[in-house]
Amino acid sequence: MEKLRFERPVITRINAGVPDKFGRGANIQSISTIDDIEVSELIANYGSPLFVISEKKIRATYQEAVSAFKTRYPKIQFAWSYKTNYLNAVCKVYHQEGSWAEVVSGFEFEKALANGVPGNKILFNGPDKSDEDLTMAISHEALIHIDHFDELYSIIALAPKIGKKAKVAIRINMDTGIYPRWDRFGFNYENGEAWTAINKIMPEPDLDLMGLHTHIGTYILTPNAYTVAADKLASLVVRIKQKYDHYIKYLDLGGGFASKNTLKGAYLPGTDTCPSFDDYAEAITAALINSDIQHDHMPTLFLETGRALIDDAGYLLGTVLANKRLADGRRSLVIDIGVNNLFTSFWYDHQIVPAGIVHPDSEDTTIYGPLCMNIDVIRNAIQFPVLEKGNQVVIKRVGAYNMTQWLQFITYRPNVVMIDENGKSHVIRENENHATMNELERVPEHLKEIYL
Amino acid sequence: MKLKKNIAISESGFLFDPSSGDSFNLNKTGQQIVKMLSEGKSENAIIRSILEEFKVEKHTLQRYLDDFYSMLRQFNLIENE
Repeated sequence: MEKLRFERPVITRINAGVPDKFGRGANIQSISTIDDIEVSELIANYGSPLFVISEKKIRATYQEAVSAFKTRYPKIQFAWSYKTNYLNAVCKVYHQEGSWAEVVSGFEFEKALANGVPGNKILFNGPDKSDEDLTMAISHEALIHIDHFDELYSIIALAPKIGKKAKVAIRINMDTGIYPRWDRFGFNYENGEAWTAINKIMPEPDLDLMGLHTHIGTYILTPNAYTVAADKLASLVVRIKQKYDHYIKYLDLGGGFASKNTLKGAYLPGTDTCPSFDDYAEAITAALINSDIQHDHMPTLFLETGRALIDDAGYLLGTVLANKRLADGRRSLVIDIGVNNLFTSFWYDHQIVPAGIVHPDSEDTTIYGPLCMNIDVIRNAIQFPVLEKGNQVVIKRVGAYNMTQWLQFITYRPNVVMIDENGKSHVIRENENHATMNELERVPEHLKEIYL
Repeated sequence: MKLKKNIAISESGFLFDPSSGDSFNLNKTGQQIVKMLSEGKSENAIIRSILEEFKVEKHTLQRYLDDFYSMLRQFNLIENE
């Protein structure tokens, strides 16, 4: 007689509590394919863990954002935020779509130039610009967003030596009614510091004040904060015209649009609470259109959106290493994805799902990474199906900041693969190995021999 | 390993522990194992019985049983060993 199919024994405590008032089920969907390629095939070909980026999703999200703004305001220009994801292939997709580059260091500036972005289509932000960086930026006619007075004085000193007019904007911080208030970058609006900076720039013969910039914060869930910011920038545009008869060419509202990831401690998932591109676009463009800026001199609106454009296009695939019971009986799952590769797990409760069909029972589970470090926790508590060693998992929305803030720690960083619009996969950053990690190290002569 | 004596188990897999007032659900396999435990069968006897009846490798079964027994202990359903 043929033996029966075995099912794992399960015992669950019945908890008679108050049901979730939102009726959200603990049902976890699984993901078997990314852009029609099997997750198992990707891991078999490129290893585990593995970052996967969907080119199709990047382009679709970008076009959705552009369309939200272009249908409301005549002059729009996006600039790709390099720090969010500066893998060359990713940047090139945005540049093919028409996005300029927004960089915050000499390294990123060089990357943008090497990616073929002309210097005059690079926005140079950030508090750390060395004299060498500023010389490079002025020579390439980049738009320099001045962060502090010391930087302003450096530019005033450097520009005549280079023999080119420095094209500048100032970064302005302000109260937009939200918390936390970012006041460490740029010049303050309310205390008049921004106006002082403008008054120092305008008489300078070697500086051309092209724009005004603000970046009010990150993961902003209140579109109205952008209305306040756009309103305050517009008031400065009008004031500059009145005093100097000078038209500001562009206003840069920075980034900060939320992605659909869920912040730790949030009551509802990001998919339910995150505003749409239309919400942000309406908040910003309505303020500009209703401002006192002359309608035939409306400045170009620059946007440096990073997170909201790329997060959804990134996936992190991994494999289950072990199941364990914690001291209190809770299940824990150890996977080969650690916080070294998933830096954003420090502030997001990332959506993690099994790849393929799994056992229908789920348990309250803690998901750990592979590092020999207590902080290596991917999810503290999640209703998760019971997986076995070797099963695969997919973490969604990891496109922003992970491939730039990742750490080479304990393990090598993995391959990054991009799936093109025709469903073909390409390695866009190779995994590290012993040779790449040792390339930059030097051992002094007297330490070459060891005696054990 | 012995199941606590006063535990009540229904045929549908509902388990009640009168000492704590807790109720539990068991799936079919869980029910079968708890029944064998309540009949006083040893862990080895339980393994033999399951291997005869079901298509499962011994080491896989052992892993599942270890986990299942740890849950029974966690829920205080086992006599002090």
